[in-house]
Amino acid sequence: MSDSVLDYDEVLASFDPVLGLEVHVELNTASKMWCGCATTFGAEPNTQTCPICLGLPGSLPVVNGSAVESAIRIGLALNCSIAQTCRFARKNYFYPDMPKNYQISQYDEPIAYDGWAEVEVDGETYRIEIERAHMEEDTGKSLHVGGATGRIQGADHSLLDYNRAGVPLIEIVTKPIRGTGEKAPQVARAYVAMLRDLLRALGVSDVRMEQGSLRCDANVSLMPKGAVELGTRTETKNVNSLRSVEAAVRYEMTRQAAVLTGGDAVKQETRHWHEDTGITTPGRSKEQAEDYRYFNDPDLVPVAPSRDWVEQLRASLPEPPAERLKRVQAEWEFTDLELRDVVNAGAVDLVEQTVVAGAPAQAARKWWLGELGRRANEAGVELAEVGMTPTQVAQLQALVDAKVINDKLARQVIEGVIAGEGDPQQVVDARGLAVVSDDGALSAAVDEAIAANPEAAAKIRDGNLKVAGALIGPIMKAMKGQADAARVRELIMEKLG
Amino acid sequence: MGELTRTGAADLGAAIAAGTVSAEEVTRAHLAQIDAVDGTVHAFLHVAADDAIEQARRVDQRRAAGERLGPLAGVPLALKDVLTWTKAPTTCASKMLEGWVPPYDATVTRKLIDAGIVILGKTNLDEFAMGSSTENSAYGPTRNPWDTDRIPGGSGGGSAAALAAFEAPIAIGTDTGGSIRQPGSVTGTVGVKPTYGGVSRFGLVALASSLDQAGPCARSVLDAALLHEVIGGHDPYDSTSIDAPVPSVVEAARYGDVTGMRIGVVKELGGEGYAAGVEQRFNEAVALLTELGAEVVEVSCPHFGYALPAYYLIQPSETSSNLAKFDSMRYGLRVGDDGSHSAEEVMSLTREAGFGPEVKRRIILGTYALSSGYYDAYYGSAQKVRTLIIDDFTKAFETCDVLVSPTTPTTAFRIGERADDPVAMYKADLCTIPSSLAGNAAASFPVGLAPEDGLPVGLQVMAPPMADDRLYRVGAALERALEDQWGGPIWRALDSVSKGDDPLEPPIRANNSTREGGMA
Amino acid sequence: MALSVDEVAALARLARIELSEDERAQLAPQLEVILESVAKVTDVATDDVVPTSHPLPLTNVFRTDEVRPSLPVEAVLAGAPAAEEDRFRVPQILGEEQ
Repeated sequence: MSDSVLDYDEVLASFDPVLGLEVHVELNTASKMWCGCATTFGAEPNTQTCPICLGLPGSLPVVNGSAVESAIRIGLALNCSIAQTCRFARKNYFYPDMPKNYQISQYDEPIAYDGWAEVEVDGETYRIEIERAHMEEDTGKSLHVGGATGRIQGADHSLLDYNRAGVPLIEIVTKPIRGTGEKAPQVARAYVAMLRDLLRALGVSDVRMEQGSLRCDANVSLMPKGAVELGTRTETKNVNSLRSVEAAVRYEMTRQAAVLTGGDAVKQETRHWHEDTGITTPGRSKEQAEDYRYFNDPDLVPVAPSRDWVEQLRASLPEPPAERLKRVQAEWEFTDLELRDVVNAGAVDLVEQTVVAGAPAQAARKWWLGELGRRANEAGVELAEVGMTPTQVAQLQALVDAKVINDKLARQVIEGVIAGEGDPQQVVDARGLAVVSDDGALSAAVDEAIAANPEAAAKIRDGNLKVAGALIGPIMKAMKGQADAARVRELIMEKLG
Repeated sequence: MGELTRTGAADLGAAIAAGTVSAEEVTRAHLAQIDAVDGTVHAFLHVAADDAIEQARRVDQRRAAGERLGPLAGVPLALKDVLTWTKAPTTCASKMLEGWVPPYDATVTRKLIDAGIVILGKTNLDEFAMGSSTENSAYGPTRNPWDTDRIPGGSGGGSAAALAAFEAPIAIGTDTGGSIRQPGSVTGTVGVKPTYGGVSRFGLVALASSLDQAGPCARSVLDAALLHEVIGGHDPYDSTSIDAPVPSVVEAARYGDVTGMRIGVVKELGGEGYAAGVEQRFNEAVALLTELGAEVVEVSCPHFGYALPAYYLIQPSETSSNLAKFDSMRYGLRVGDDGSHSAEEVMSLTREAGFGPEVKRRIILGTYALSSGYYDAYYGSAQKVRTLIIDDFTKAFETCDVLVSPTTPTTAFRIGERADDPVAMYKADLCTIPSSLAGNAAASFPVGLAPEDGLPVGLQVMAPPMADDRLYRVGAALERALEDQWGGPIWRALDSVSKGDDPLEPPIRANNSTREGGMA
Repeated sequence: MALSVDEVAALARLARIELSEDERAQLAPQLEVILESVAKVTDVATDDVVPTSHPLPLTNVFRTDEVRPSLPVEAVLAGAPAAEEDRFRVPQILGEEQ
């Protein structure tokens, strides 16, 4: 039985949403956090494990220096303070995917804290305060066998693969995000998208949500308008794409509003997002809140990054996103509106790469936001996954500029590239899409059309140039679109004076 | 049996190097001794006889090929069953790990093997190293060779008993609150807890990570020093390991001159609760040190009275977390997996069946001390006491080179005597705990037999971190002077006690260098 | 510092040990006695004293980010009470991942 939800506009009439976003980033270090096992995704089960990441009796962790470096760079990029000294703590609880039955994490001494980031949604800038970014380790993966959907409920037994156990994670936690009103879902999405771009620019992670190297837990609560105390929040997990972030936040807002207006209280719980049905369901309720009994891990010594090292890392950071946007806007000569559309579509990187590959910026924008954006939406994938690379887009535009193909033909080329038929030139050749550049053939076609449409031809001779369109249409059709319309017009004018 | 089992490690190593005797012969002699006495003593949980002979043969081959071997190559050793070794199970004396053969060697084990030392087998201990008598072993207690109705100390009673029963000349123990030193004291052997971080913990099944240290055990100070040198040093696999060379312990053991050394007797470690015989032998040993040229003063360490309670908060807390990994999912005992129990239930049933009462008691205690609402009062406060104890030591070491105390308040008590009284049992660690909390180097040396019961008494020496050599300096001086008094090592009395024979001929020595005053 | 049998039961649950009723009844007074004797640490643990979590003054112990050989999968599973398809097989898990 599905929970009832309140109409979105009604939600906003009575409540202010408050968000808290927790993002886990899997670092792309070559080896794991505490040991030298490889971190490659997709290896055969339990082939990337050792006594340390299996937590065998007697094993000890040793910190991966590269992970610390990445943690500091992430903190700096988010405008955080970097701790003078910080320690690792044990978070104690039992679960089969955690070999030691404690997770080594950081508790009251995160390596980075008190930062901020900005995101833009529909022309408005929102400042998100970052509470902390800290280092921890990932767990193994469990496969639930015997149940219907591979989910834990109803499973008969489980199979554990510890390849992922011990992979370094950075957890980034925001302070409560307020004042987003009806844009809350989009702000949430924009924040995660911004983080993804930032982390990719830093080169610290693959940030592929579908592979789990970027994970988001969304905390949502509602405050009745005029209230001073924060409402009870829920935490929603299994949010595996940017789309899901937005949808899950929106759903939770409507669900919680229905609960509250019904006179009940929102239950503080962990919920699970279902992409297929577009709802959240409650997780197993726990009789008591888990007591993690945090204490400083005695197997590890403090991490105390020198200020010299921190400054060295700060100097080597890539360009901050806001500055970069200013720069590219100037280079590309986009209006604010044009830039905003590109940002909202998450296409800044793609446009930039396309420009670098040789295309004019406006053309890049047109393709990514136009035809490719449409196709991505239809297929339900991110722009970057649409099946065409920036280089190929640049090649496509080059063909258009060289008048080898026109816009209409270009769309067919795109279809071919996405279908895996090769690069634009290859598709043009294979499908025979090149615009006919042979004036002879064109001339013949024009003559035919003139002969077939004597009234139109007469009008044109008389000076009614607008009628030319009546001839161009059939000629293009006869040429199967493979003609340069402008050249056709020229030929008509030449022949009809 | 024969004299080989009465010979010290240094002498055996020298004899093997000189070709006087083969490593295989030495190993066989000790295996035979184990056969003869371990049915009674029960020092060993696992004897790797075939592997030991193979190891010994390899040493003989290397020597025959002209290779220059270390001073302990070919010498047999007993390894406390809490360090991993791929050739035998590591059970930690628990049902939880019955038959578990680890897929990797501890760093200490590696170093022993690289030095050509022959590992005879794994010795008994209190389960998961929790206890002061080895009565908590899930595989039955070990008996003190001095009186088989009595405990050999704990948690490392097996290693100490193996030495005292001549089943091995050297052994490895581990010390968290006194588990090397106290058994050493009640068995008349030498037991050393190195400076924390001086010996790698990689492969040492963790009890309390901020306290655990593996250390050398032997029947003589020099043997312990030679073993210390083998196992000590930095290990990149242990973040808490000290990146510095092993202190010059062998030199100190050979030199053994305490002239001008300032020795502090800790006022708080004596008096009520200490057996008369223990105090008597302790005081006599201190007087002897004065005769040997040391300057003895009394010092006060006012917070030492809080050391025991702090330890029994810190250790169980860390242990409750360290032992969480034993849940049947990946290795070890599994109970209740019959299709009707969930993973969580199987974990709980397994831990109930696999852990003994003392282990359970400390896990529950530690869970409580760390739980929310209690952390500050218990674990948090105990960590503060730790600071105060370190401060006491720092202050004392301003005027003293070492501190001394009895190792433990009594001689070996009877098996079963304290089994029902945990708090009484914990008091055995009164003197050893402060050094554990501070991370100092500390050792126990035999200083005689208590007149009232003829049982061994140990004197504890404590030195600042990284000054492990001072322990050996004092120990060697005492040993030389006392053995002169006694006419031989302390265990001659044991030999005649256990066999009712006349004292044996002096054991084989390759040369007399170990008996001289060294580089005087 | 009274520790009730219920509190012991709650701790046993946290520590995943299925204590018997007898054990719980026995442990409660034993733990009480121990807790009483250790409680005196609070006497000297005043606010001005900094806690020591580590006897060693070490910091920044790192290893280089280099891949080292892992254990062969047979060795990994060698001690497993149950294994299937190169994975550790465990009974049905009731709780959710954290």
